[in-house]
Amino acid sequence: MPSDILVYVLEHEGTPSKSSLGVLAQAAELAAELGGQADALLLGGEEATDELCALLGAYGAARVLRSHGPLGLAQPVVDALDAAIDRCGYRYVILGGGLLGPEIGAGLGARRSAGVTVETTAITARDGELVAERPIFGETQISESRFRGELGIIVGRAGAFEARPATTPGAAEVVELDVPLRPYSTRAQVVKRDEQRGAELNIESAEVLVAGGRGLGDPESFKLCEDLAVAFGDGAAVAATRAVVDAGWYPYAAQVGQTGKTVAPKLYLAAGISGAVQHRVGMQGSGTIVAVNKDAGAPIFDFCDLGVVGDVKQILPKLTVAVAAAKGA
Amino acid sequence: MSEAKAAGAGVTTAGQAGARSADGGPAAAAAGSVAGQRASDPRSNVPGDFLPAIDARAEFVKRELDPEDERIEVGVAVVGGGTAGLAAANRILQLLELDPALREQLGEVPVAVIEKAKACGAHSVSGAVMRPGPLQELYPALTRDGWRAQGFAFGEVRRESVYLLPSATCAIKIPTPPNLRNAGNEVISVAALGRFQQGWAEEHGAYVLTETAATQLIVRDGRVVGLRTGDKGRGKDGEPLANFEPGADIQAKVVVLADGNWGHLTGAAIDEFNLMEGREPRVWELGVKEIWKVERPLDRVIHTLGPWPLKADPRYRHFGGTWLYPMKDEATGEDLVSIGLVVDLGYADATTSAHDLLQLFKTHPLVRDVLAGSERVGWSAKALPAGGYWSMPKLSMPGALLVGDAGGMVDTVALKGVHHCLKAGRLAGEAVYAHLARGEALDRYESAIDRSSVGRELRAVRNARQPFQRGFVRGAAQAGMDILSGGRFPGGRRAWHRDDQQPTFVGDTASAYPQPDGHYTFDKLSSVYLSGNTTRDDAPDHIRVAKRVPRQIAETWRWMCPAGVYEIPADAPEQGYVDVIVNYTNCVQCGAITAKGGRLTPPEGGDGPLYTNA
Amino acid sequence: MKICVLVKAVPDPAAPKRIDPATGRLDRTGETNLNGYDANALETALQLREGGVLAIDEIVAVTMGPAAAAKALQKAAALGADRSLHLIDDALAGSDLIATAYALAQVLEREAPDLVLLGQQSEDGTGYALGAAVADHLQMPSLTQVVSLQVDGGELVLERQTGYGYDTIRVALPAVISVSDAINVPRYPSLKAIMGAKRKPVQELSLADAGIDPARVGADGSCVTCGEFHAPAAKAAGQIIEADDTDVTVTEIVAYLQERKVI
Repeated sequence: MPSDILVYVLEHEGTPSKSSLGVLAQAAELAAELGGQADALLLGGEEATDELCALLGAYGAARVLRSHGPLGLAQPVVDALDAAIDRCGYRYVILGGGLLGPEIGAGLGARRSAGVTVETTAITARDGELVAERPIFGETQISESRFRGELGIIVGRAGAFEARPATTPGAAEVVELDVPLRPYSTRAQVVKRDEQRGAELNIESAEVLVAGGRGLGDPESFKLCEDLAVAFGDGAAVAATRAVVDAGWYPYAAQVGQTGKTVAPKLYLAAGISGAVQHRVGMQGSGTIVAVNKDAGAPIFDFCDLGVVGDVKQILPKLTVAVAAAKGA
Repeated sequence: MSEAKAAGAGVTTAGQAGARSADGGPAAAAAGSVAGQRASDPRSNVPGDFLPAIDARAEFVKRELDPEDERIEVGVAVVGGGTAGLAAANRILQLLELDPALREQLGEVPVAVIEKAKACGAHSVSGAVMRPGPLQELYPALTRDGWRAQGFAFGEVRRESVYLLPSATCAIKIPTPPNLRNAGNEVISVAALGRFQQGWAEEHGAYVLTETAATQLIVRDGRVVGLRTGDKGRGKDGEPLANFEPGADIQAKVVVLADGNWGHLTGAAIDEFNLMEGREPRVWELGVKEIWKVERPLDRVIHTLGPWPLKADPRYRHFGGTWLYPMKDEATGEDLVSIGLVVDLGYADATTSAHDLLQLFKTHPLVRDVLAGSERVGWSAKALPAGGYWSMPKLSMPGALLVGDAGGMVDTVALKGVHHCLKAGRLAGEAVYAHLARGEALDRYESAIDRSSVGRELRAVRNARQPFQRGFVRGAAQAGMDILSGGRFPGGRRAWHRDDQQPTFVGDTASAYPQPDGHYTFDKLSSVYLSGNTTRDDAPDHIRVAKRVPRQIAETWRWMCPAGVYEIPADAPEQGYVDVIVNYTNCVQCGAITAKGGRLTPPEGGDGPLYTNA
Repeated sequence: MKICVLVKAVPDPAAPKRIDPATGRLDRTGETNLNGYDANALETALQLREGGVLAIDEIVAVTMGPAAAAKALQKAAALGADRSLHLIDDALAGSDLIATAYALAQVLEREAPDLVLLGQQSEDGTGYALGAAVADHLQMPSLTQVVSLQVDGGELVLERQTGYGYDTIRVALPAVISVSDAINVPRYPSLKAIMGAKRKPVQELSLADAGIDPARVGADGSCVTCGEFHAPAAKAAGQIIEADDTDVTVTEIVAYLQERKVI
């Protein structure tokens, strides 16, 4: 029996999130392997336009189920997915990462008594079913999960699935979906959305982190990290090691490590950081690790992807210019 | 015991200019004293010249109890949930079980154990090969198989070897000296034993207050009446944070001080009650230990007596040894090896680092043979009292008793202290009970210790270690005679010299240390990580030490500390004064700094390592 | 009003983690401690009570787990919970997220709380999920990532962090709120409170006591099965370049990043 997959696509002001597109693309491939199709579900206001639906076809959606409901809440999405499963019978529901994904996935799991995996970094099709993988124990082991029952719900880790258009685009046939909302789904009301608080981007959701350590030499040199982060554009932020936070060079909110935040951005650029294990455990899951340090014996060179032995104060400013140029091009 | 000590050799400490406390522990370096003047000499290479200004009696002794509704009343307060403290607590509970009337009299909390770590045993470290008697005596219902099932014992010693290591490649097997005979003893972990003893204590009605530091002794009218616990929620500069919670006074009828090596309250008690009068100064050794998961089980207990990896040249004043003990973990079926190195802290070469010496030791073929292909799964470090019999303080004072390492009850010749801790704890428990039940004098504990195996064994080796202050070779002959004669020859009383009075020079011991490779030899920071060490990010500094000292003193600390707490800035001058960076958040509270010119005080309760099988 | 706080005992983050070879599950026999985020949830409950705007009659701590889980309840009691419920039954071992949420929801339903608080994630497992699943069973609104919580006219006004900024949301009670560690700084219990915690009632509940269907819990009642573990693909050794000529080096870095699709 073919297995169809439903992917919830989070859209924000008309733009689908990268995580959603990433899992959609992955779902389209997996569905093909399972002999089924991947559909997308949108829940929104006027932003769920026909153009947006068509775009989802480029990422592999066979159909786009379009529904309407309050934005910014997880429970209406659960209701929508629930209704979609009743109507079309999906074997799997996949959600991108991002902060609502696990809520929606878990709420749906409770609704339908189905298994849910979160922080999934890879999904494979084996023997006619999907297997979800996630790292555990600080990235040192990968755990594999399978699903019993009629429905499996997979929530991806943010940034783990690359948003690339499907090799075979989907038809993206739009289907209007009526969603009876549960009374408790609307007892929460969003009063204000997307309030920006200062310039800080939560480092845990940044795609690029430029992290500074004692090797920067002085607190003023953190400006070099900030400039480089700006060059990388939106989604880039500055992080710091415990040593420099202790010394007062940078705020605690930016601290990465055993006693700070754990991050896994696509790019972690470590400037003047030695790479002691207390720091490493906070960032070793990063996609690409680039280290710049003038000490060739620094432990960070043992686990980075690209290590540059050199003077951060010289390299960072030039790199800032070069990155800005490459992005502008 | 007390008479013998008081009649001993003329005590030099009281006479020295101002700044020494009678105990051989650090004391106030009062301004204008000779020590204060020496401290301004950048050529000084004596760590003891730079002691931080601390008046223990003023800071660490409280003279009044808080009002009744604010303080907490308990029957017996045991400070320190280690091997000795819990032994005392558990013995008291055993006796109370047979005396319900007294138990009721003691109120809702008959016994409280105050422990700064997250769990009892989490800050305890030992080799360890333990003589079984005292543990069997304390928990008669538990068999040796029961010990192993509980997870703190790892097998009986069946074979043993002792080696001399003349060089990095050579090992000479020698007949096992009498003090190192271990047949029939059990390899144990004091960290795991602590968990067991804690569970036993709680099951039998003790309140075990973990994550609670004891910061002050409360003394009223010349009598210990309780202790004060540490504040929580202070910031880097000691300022109260939003969630500041002050400590509390715990009032007790009797206090048992079991706060171990460099016991904070023991230090205060020593000053307050002059407990070191007539004693030799206290001296210490520093041990660093690793636990390895091995493919091939080790079939015997191994000790090496040096000189390698230490230096034989008497200039370095090196003394120490190593061990390798097999451990069979019943719960997991894994074969483990405990490997460690102990070095006397009276050394002269500033670059002596117990951690790095242990890494160096592992490069010897004897060790490679055991550890090849294995994985390091644990690391720990702790100082231990090395002065033996003549350096033991008076063990009682009005209202309180000293047990275990706090009382200096370690036999460094046999490398044994665990069974003394258990025995002393038990005797303390009995003395406390007799005092509460029948009004017997608490200080009868002292003669009980004297008559027991603790007193006997420590007395037999009372002069056996001091000769090694002059180096391996010269020391060995004299020590040998002493040990073989059971302490009778040459007899008398041998002096100890304070560790921090040893002038240091920047030598070349460090030149032999291996570069850490990350899978067989390791750096300090990754080792600290393995200890489970955690500290709150904005915690205040708990280490009292001069921050601006001559370079050679800073070098001494930098190499000495197994956790890499003391750092010299890259741009510091090669001579003269340097500003020491104190990374106190790395501190695993081993206590070595107190021996060599600073003073460790307890950080906020809950901070520090989380040893599970050290 | 009654607040129930869901708490969990997690292995101390500092202790080494291992899989128990016999069961294929996380070895939980080591040291445990109250999940830090649940301490934030308790603090939220305590501040609501102290704030006086809502009349809170009772704060009840609830946990599910083997005997070691009681540690979380002890800490909760020391911090101010009035009583505790410990759902403990061998049949629960191996329960996945959804099975756990179902079991806890059964316990909570009998308590009929006005507000359920919990930490949004645990130091040893999944995040942002349990509250949502519990809420669906209880048919209550659920919000996670909550960084601030106020009361206004009997409703909660809270702020939560999203991927795009901060949202302000009003929600009527009863509700299930999962809090972030940014919401407050948990207090330290006083020594008196720690010692007094022993006197606070703890009720143990079995499956039968809580009306839980055994077929929906435990390893067999869980819909997610995980038993396979493998080491991650060995990371290819990194490239090291010496920055002799910084201009050349910088060009190399940019090329590398473009190749890795980071730029």
